[in-house]
Amino acid sequence: MSKIKDKINLLNQKARASNLGGGQDRIDAQHKQGKMTARERLHFLFDNGFFDEIFKFVQHSNNAFGMDGKLLPGDGVVTALGAVNGRLVHVSSQDFTVMGGSVGRMHAWKICEMMDMSLKNGTPYIAINDSGGARIQEGIHSLRGYGRIFYYNTMLSGVVPQISIIAGPCAGGAAYSPALMDFIIMVEKTGQLFIAGPKVIKEATGENITAEELGGAMAQATFSGNVHFIARDDAEAIEITQKLLSYLPSNNLEEPPYLGSEQLDIVVDEALNFTVPDDPRDPYDMMDILVRVFDPDSIMEVQNHFAKNMLVCFARLNGRVVGVVANQPMVKSGAIDIDASDKASRFIRFCNAFNIPLITFVDVPGFMPGVEQEFGGIIRHGAKMLFSFSASTVPKITIIVRKAYGGAYLAMSAKSLGADRVAAWPSAEVAVMGAEGAVSILFRRELQEAEDPKQKRRELVKEYQENFATPYPAAAEGLVDSVIEPKMTRHYLSIALESLKNKRAPRPQKKHGLIPL
Amino acid sequence: MNQNNPINTLNIDDTAYETFLTKKFKSRKPYSPSNPNQVVAFIPGVIREIFVKKGQDVKKGDVLLTLEAMKMKNSIKAPFNSKVKSIEVEVGKMVMKNQLLIELD
Repeated sequence: MSKIKDKINLLNQKARASNLGGGQDRIDAQHKQGKMTARERLHFLFDNGFFDEIFKFVQHSNNAFGMDGKLLPGDGVVTALGAVNGRLVHVSSQDFTVMGGSVGRMHAWKICEMMDMSLKNGTPYIAINDSGGARIQEGIHSLRGYGRIFYYNTMLSGVVPQISIIAGPCAGGAAYSPALMDFIIMVEKTGQLFIAGPKVIKEATGENITAEELGGAMAQATFSGNVHFIARDDAEAIEITQKLLSYLPSNNLEEPPYLGSEQLDIVVDEALNFTVPDDPRDPYDMMDILVRVFDPDSIMEVQNHFAKNMLVCFARLNGRVVGVVANQPMVKSGAIDIDASDKASRFIRFCNAFNIPLITFVDVPGFMPGVEQEFGGIIRHGAKMLFSFSASTVPKITIIVRKAYGGAYLAMSAKSLGADRVAAWPSAEVAVMGAEGAVSILFRRELQEAEDPKQKRRELVKEYQENFATPYPAAAEGLVDSVIEPKMTRHYLSIALESLKNKRAPRPQKKHGLIPL
Repeated sequence: MNQNNPINTLNIDDTAYETFLTKKFKSRKPYSPSNPNQVVAFIPGVIREIFVKKGQDVKKGDVLLTLEAMKMKNSIKAPFNSKVKSIEVEVGKMVMKNQLLIELD
């Protein structure tokens, strides 16, 4: 005869069993690899380690291939909600100790249920991936599960921020869920991300490569640009997640978290007047300018291993979150290539979706020339930047630091693409192309007829540089609204940003635009 | 398709498929790990200055040469402490992307 007390004991017993996941042995194995368990990760993520777990007693419903009667606590995924820095988030954390965190029907259902809650409540969704992939015993039920996860990822896209942590294997179709989310944070050594692993590649193409070389954090951050942030271990991955969340609104109807005061902190920074070298062909580090302009320690660079010729970062200006897009003259002369364009466009789209104003720093000699770039589709990919800046309705402010040539200048949020405010430094060179190239075209005949073509060329280049490679022709046309001393940049941006905080820019109704993909 | 493009076999997940392959696919370069001793051009451009000589010891961060590209003088630096084994370019020479510039020991 069961009394209430016994029933409560039974509940506690079941809860304890569920908390152990695949059992102590497997937990030890997880620790041995330097990984946290699914629950430890949640404990670390949420304020005071507190979280509300839901669907704790979910079980699989499969009886094929010897699965009959097998118990899989939570079906291999812990789903929870709780506060991160006081703001509600929904999380699913795959439990590798339970059948390798493999995705069965109920496992996928739990994940989708969490995403649905995120969607309804307007909260960020975080997925912690540590899974061997599809549960083959469940066959197409597992496949359907993945399909549903991808569908929900797409539904959430642009409504709530989605962050994916790769803290274990994430291979094959499973890799497409992180790919559909906004940011991927990957743990070195333990994280693995690829569609077809080394063994499959060896068989298909004969190429030899290790799993780490192919799908390790560094490979996926550097070559493919899939990974936005690299973490040394699980703890660092979670710290990055918490920091990233501090820049993001909970959903597309909210403003990003504001840390400022009523008073604008406007400073004149003399050092900025000396950051750009005298010779326009000398490189410098654009980051040196950014750290001086934005609030101290407020810059969080995104994808810093990929397409380093383009910088994208979150930052704060007087406590207000902004997205910064900047050319990096130190790398590949700051020219825009396919990867740089992809990187910038994705970031611009994210900022626009989540009401984060865009600030652009321009020092670009042009789009990258080369057969490889043309055949790779630089036209199609470069067009993404034109599209994403034109389509963005958040406040857009541009600072032209130095070179701003041709189509690449337009791609860096030019006035003609709808930038709200554009200022140029006195070192700015806004022109249709560089002096050498322009002279070759404009004065072809004069150069041919000159007695000393080299001397004539030098004179003409100098003349062109003095008259056209300056900010003033653009300022005369109103394409630049102010020419400012570099030291006044923070001053200019602060006032411009404050004046645009209630900006409205209605667009014609449509299903969606067709960004060239 | 035409006879110049015979049927090939492609293995995916332990299954062999008979299929046509594109020229691009067939002429692709197989993956090979990059050789850290070879300093190659990361961008097409012109060699403006060479600061080192064959046999010279270099420290990590030492400027090896200047590669001008896209209106910018890029300093190519030594990736680690080493000795210059050979210099494959001259001042004023155009280089292609991924062309070998300097080999280190």
